[in-house]
Amino acid sequence: MDIKEIIKPENLVYQKTKLMTDAPLSYCPGCGHGTAHRITMEVVEEMGIWEDTIGVAPVGCSVLAYDFMNIDMTQAAHGRAPAVATGIKRTWPEKFVFTYQGDGDLAAIGGNETLHACNRGENIVIIFVNNGIYGMTGGQMAPTTLPGMKSSTSPYGRDIATMGHPLKMTELIAQLPGTYFVTRQAVHTPAAVRKAKKAIRIAFETQREKKGLAFVEIVSNCNSGWKMNPVDANNWMVDNMFPYFPLGDIKVNGELIK
Amino acid sequence: MSEVKLMKGNEAVAEAAILAGVDAYFGYPITPQSEVIEYLMVERPEDRTGMVVLQAESEIAAINMVYGAAGTGKRVMTSSSSPGVSLKQEGISYIAGSELPCVIVNVVRGGPGLGTIQPSQADYFQSTKGGGHGDYRLLVLAPASVQEMADFVDLAFDLAFKYRNPVMILSDGVIGQMMEKITLPAQKPRLSNEEIIERYGDWATTGKPSTRERNIITSLELDPYRQETHNHKLQAKYKKMEENEVRFEAINCEDADYVIVAYGSSARISQKTMQLARAKGHKVGLFRLISLFPFPKNELNKLADTVKGFLAVEMSAGQMIEDVRLAVNGKKPAEHYGRFGGVVHSPEEVLIALEQKIIGG
Repeated sequence: MDIKEIIKPENLVYQKTKLMTDAPLSYCPGCGHGTAHRITMEVVEEMGIWEDTIGVAPVGCSVLAYDFMNIDMTQAAHGRAPAVATGIKRTWPEKFVFTYQGDGDLAAIGGNETLHACNRGENIVIIFVNNGIYGMTGGQMAPTTLPGMKSSTSPYGRDIATMGHPLKMTELIAQLPGTYFVTRQAVHTPAAVRKAKKAIRIAFETQREKKGLAFVEIVSNCNSGWKMNPVDANNWMVDNMFPYFPLGDIKVNGELIK
Repeated sequence: MSEVKLMKGNEAVAEAAILAGVDAYFGYPITPQSEVIEYLMVERPEDRTGMVVLQAESEIAAINMVYGAAGTGKRVMTSSSSPGVSLKQEGISYIAGSELPCVIVNVVRGGPGLGTIQPSQADYFQSTKGGGHGDYRLLVLAPASVQEMADFVDLAFDLAFKYRNPVMILSDGVIGQMMEKITLPAQKPRLSNEEIIERYGDWATTGKPSTRERNIITSLELDPYRQETHNHKLQAKYKKMEENEVRFEAINCEDADYVIVAYGSSARISQKTMQLARAKGHKVGLFRLISLFPFPKNELNKLADTVKGFLAVEMSAGQMIEDVRLAVNGKKPAEHYGRFGGVVHSPEEVLIALEQKIIGG
């Protein structure tokens, strides 16, 4: 059988969403960002809301998210994405607004903006990719770096006594009445990807229904920053990150379930 | 239909924002400008025009809300006072870098640090030379009355959208807190979302229709050569402002031997000094700056041909004086006088300085 006979619409099992551009991703091979981008854009496409969706990119590895997501986007200063999204959503309440942020951006420098956007119950979606490290700047310690975990600024491992504890931002903001849907997901296996995508869909539906802030954490890897190959990084994530950052829904329909 | 009212400068800014059809105000309380957000909260502009008012968790958050909303083509403003404006500088740099229109009001108080809540003009450098990181300029307007606090809001928005550049209204604690009779303009309607998309659809992030490429608001350029090109574009814009947006008021300068250069409340005080000096037989004029950037350098340079000297009066240890000297370029003496750290000079003190430093010198 000729290859051209196989390439037919009825044989199509997968197609890249039109909401991802053709720009080559700037992410390291094996990184979870690409998948997290794709499923976010798939949800926006499947809901048919791309003409009414405005994204906010952070500072960090995903600073260039606007190169890959084929929608209108604003690039925010480091940590300020929830405030930028607030400005957009308050003046265009009928639009869908989301931020896409890493753990340094959201949990360290942007801790205040995150907390207050959640507390005000802004009708936005926050997608929070947590890989326990500052990736773009070269693997420094993040607020989410695990105890004993090595990074370029904790070269002997994170010392809790002097460097503090890893911050569970997602559990923290789930306590605030302004958040309506809070969940922690991963994208390291096909099953996890499907679950994460479902969660992002619920988050955008929450915004459609004007129920409050929807927060989706995606625990991810950083093979470059962790100095591992992609497979080892994923295994290390399962063995070390998941026990500290357990996957699953934390708040559903405005009710804490954990 | 216009209306005459007795108002504080800070209230006038707030009311003028509603009347100018502003879409949103994001602010954070700080003395001596908290009346701006207080007035707005009492007035419920949401009911009057649909204008959004939100008290942010910090000045940093407020300016980033401005950044987000300004990127969608809305008319957005914030206000603060010196320490708060310092906090906003990162956001202002982003707004300037990504060429967005917005209006920032600074009701200046004394510094450095937490300083004092009393009036000052010591944020001149910060306002006119950039303020945050990188090569950029704000268009800076300096009101000298409660009337101008109101009038400059609409003007500032027109300029902000004309140049797609942040505009600062640089006021001070005197102008912000004092009450004067003012005439308010008629209500301007807010633009509809359709009008915004029609006017600013080529750059604003209003949601990407299939009929155009996506719009991206960013100040990031990884390639230095492209960043340099972008900076050239910004510089060309600032040059255009210098050519077209110089604003000043020359009072009794035609026959003057000596000219006081001042802006804001120092200009009001110096106006009295001018009268006192004229009564004593000195031919003194007042050159009041309205735009601080662009600075009226050509006009001052020309004036230097006919006068004997200049006194730059400002409530700072000497900031505007540097621009005055650059403009006068050594043609005539130019000296500085001003009380600072929250102390306001009297017309008599300015007169003594004028006599000692310029007339007698």
